[in-house]
Amino acid sequence: MLTCKEFLNEVGDYLDEGIDAELKVKLEKHITECPNCWVIYDTMKKTIQIYKGMNPCAIPADVEARLMRALERKMADKGKVGAD
Amino acid sequence: MPAPSQTGIDEATLVAQSREGDTVAFSELVRRYEGKIFRLAQHVTQNREDAEDVLQETFMKAYEHLDQFQGNSKFYTWIVRIAVNQALMKLRRKKTSKTVSLDETIDTGEDTVVREIAAWDENPEQRFSREELGEILDSAIQGLESPYRSVFVLRDIEELSTEETADALGLSIPAVKSRLLRARLQLREKLTRQFKRKGEDAFAYL
Repeated sequence: MLTCKEFLNEVGDYLDEGIDAELKVKLEKHITECPNCWVIYDTMKKTIQIYKGMNPCAIPADVEARLMRALERKMADKGKVGAD
Repeated sequence: MPAPSQTGIDEATLVAQSREGDTVAFSELVRRYEGKIFRLAQHVTQNREDAEDVLQETFMKAYEHLDQFQGNSKFYTWIVRIAVNQALMKLRRKKTSKTVSLDETIDTGEDTVVREIAAWDENPEQRFSREELGEILDSAIQGLESPYRSVFVLRDIEELSTEETADALGLSIPAVKSRLLRARLQLREKLTRQFKRKGEDAFAYL
């Protein structure tokens, strides 16, 4: 039986599916028997999902305008001609 | 023949066209990734002005060094590396402030602390507006120390692999894994305070 500490050390790789089958069985056994570790596992999984689900906001128009102006200058300096 | 819309063109084609000097193709690459690079830069530098500098420097450098892009990694991964380098340089320059250096030794020992043990609502994000949720998530990230923040942003927000993250930050794979675990545990704690089910405080058994 894994201790909670051992479980916590492996939970990251478990969530990333980066562990071997034997250890996976032990971790799964642990969370069915330990409600606290199940909650930690479940809320950590949700933490990752919620961040992955965040799309970047559109960048502010003034920031984009300055970026494009800077790039245009750079492109002109490099002397490359647009292909369109 | 009319020029096809750039939006449907795959990344490799746009990169190839950009290398031939096609500025329209390069501008399309910029538009595809500017939002993600700006977000990444804001997360790492935690400063909008610095983030804007990083954004500009990243695409300028990418344009300048396009011929050095090997094509055996994704273009996005390549510009993320450039962006991370630029952002970390900004942080290092501000090292006199309380910012923790990325090179600082991290104790990965005892404080994988778990204090909050409470189940969340099924869809906790629905309790908040998109803006409120964005603020909650951003402020939780801002509470992380820089070494954890950078690893978390690259792995779980930008969705780079462990290897790509290690490469971009100049860290070993075990270091990436242990920092990621710490970052995830800390964020889980912070978000639990916001997202736990009502009346769920008594759920702590430990």
